[in-house]
Amino acid sequence: MTDKRSAGERIVRILVMAAFLIVVIFPLYWMLITSLKPKKDIFSLPIHYWPKTLTFENYENIFKITKFHIYIINSLVVSLGAALVVLTISTLSSYVLARFKFRGSSQVMFFFFLTQVIPAFIGFAPLYLMMSKLNLVNSLSGLALVYTVMAIPFSTIMLKGFFQRVPSSLEEAAQIDGCSRLGALVRVIMPVMLPGLSATFIFSFVQNWNELFFSVMVIDSEKLKTIPVAMNSFITKFDVDWGSMSAATVLSVVPTLILFALCQKLIVQGLTQGAEKG
Amino acid sequence: MSTQATTSKSSRKSASALWFILGCLAPAIVLVLGFTYYPMLRGIVMAFQNYTLFDLTNVHFIGFDNFKEVLKSDNFLLALKNSFYWVVVSLVLQFVIGFGIALLLRKQFFGRGVYQGMIFFPWAMSGFLIGLIWRWLFNGQIGVINDLLIKIGIIDMPIAFLSSPSWGMFAVIVANVWYGIAFFAIMLLAALQSVPEEIYEAAAVDGTNRLQKLFLITVPYIMPTILTTVMLRVIWITNFPDLIYSMTNGGPAGSTHILATFMMDKILYGGEYGQAAAVGIIMMVLLVLFMFFYFSASKHEKAGDF
Repeated sequence: MTDKRSAGERIVRILVMAAFLIVVIFPLYWMLITSLKPKKDIFSLPIHYWPKTLTFENYENIFKITKFHIYIINSLVVSLGAALVVLTISTLSSYVLARFKFRGSSQVMFFFFLTQVIPAFIGFAPLYLMMSKLNLVNSLSGLALVYTVMAIPFSTIMLKGFFQRVPSSLEEAAQIDGCSRLGALVRVIMPVMLPGLSATFIFSFVQNWNELFFSVMVIDSEKLKTIPVAMNSFITKFDVDWGSMSAATVLSVVPTLILFALCQKLIVQGLTQGAEKG
Repeated sequence: MSTQATTSKSSRKSASALWFILGCLAPAIVLVLGFTYYPMLRGIVMAFQNYTLFDLTNVHFIGFDNFKEVLKSDNFLLALKNSFYWVVVSLVLQFVIGFGIALLLRKQFFGRGVYQGMIFFPWAMSGFLIGLIWRWLFNGQIGVINDLLIKIGIIDMPIAFLSSPSWGMFAVIVANVWYGIAFFAIMLLAALQSVPEEIYEAAAVDGTNRLQKLFLITVPYIMPTILTTVMLRVIWITNFPDLIYSMTNGGPAGSTHILATFMMDKILYGGEYGQAAAVGIIMMVLLVLFMFFYFSASKHEKAGDF
């Protein structure tokens, strides 16, 4: 790759990359632009690639007609809550799997890996029936519980990769200084692991924030709806009113886009380790 | 005396380590067993039962009747065929384009980090939202894709992409390709960056050209990553009903159903839990068969070390 490249080749390379970037960005741009157009402009020809008049009426509309602020809060509570619990549980499990050689450790890894291969939908209906027996249907804590369980295997696999990069001499030194195992983990290892922990946290937060089918099955009442459940009912209710729909899309995508933009490097690192180390 | 003391001390130490291991693993294992494995096994049993949400008093074993029922239904074979196209076409295009982008991004340039971050955006979105976005882009009357195609002069009249059986699969696959390129680009780029420069320098002495370098050096070197990512994506794309669900909901007339959406349809609209489970088992068997052939075909390569 050290060979000299001609100017023409460089231009082609830049053009291809620019074209690809446009293809990636354009659908998002189009949703944003649609959300800022007045209704009559959305549904009339010719199509404007830059809105003639900018308006926030679509955003005002969804907050007026629906309880969108409540959906946002519900989504935040469930996604954050579940992600925090997942982080705690899988920090413990992945730490042990990364640090200790014990009989059955590879079976435990396989136990977690297998859940990633089996289609989760097979368990959806029984899980729903189980939840209704436990009185956890139509409850945000029930939903958070399911999200927690769904994320544990992948988070464990991902965090194990991060733990393996931290030299074990660190906590050995801490233990010699009188720390307990758990104390060494919390006070010495976790600070070093901060990047890996945040990547895992964000990854499971985004998964919870985006999950659709199980929440649609479980959540029924208006005041408990999360954003995906609400948007799913918009489709049927308004026969897709694209003004409101695009505004809702933009609102629900912004938090995850910001998180991904801030921590993209970390997430990529976590994903590549997860895939390479399995 | 003193040796006895040390052995009991070390066995106490290893006992405490055992308790520590058990204590740390227990929450994860118990939860996953109870809320993932139990429902899955229950689901497999359900496939052999008469199990519909609206008639829960009449649950009994019926052998393979659910499978027969599913195989007989009009849309099943179509969904099976569509699943095949959905996985193969999406995967090939995602892989080829993603690999191309990874090769372009390999050399450091100003703003590479930002560029990488931007092309990674679709990965932060849900399949549901991506389906919605593309449903709007592909709109048959006032969709922007139709508008662009007319402006360029490829078509004269807008195409009803999402309401015509012949274009539906095309549209959902385009959306899926758009979504999945980033995954391959990012993963393959990470692998490319691990190829040591010296290998190329040795090859340069031998006078290999660029294409030979790519296929004789680069591809073999990153083969483990290629094999792992392709397998992961086959599984994920097969089990990915979200995008189609919000884009066409399997319509028109079932022409864009894949097995995963066919199954969700049975759960969400029909309450046909038994039949849905049967579809799920068929999907699982197909995936297991695929993995079997995949691993035996690639056993000379090292496909990850699970």
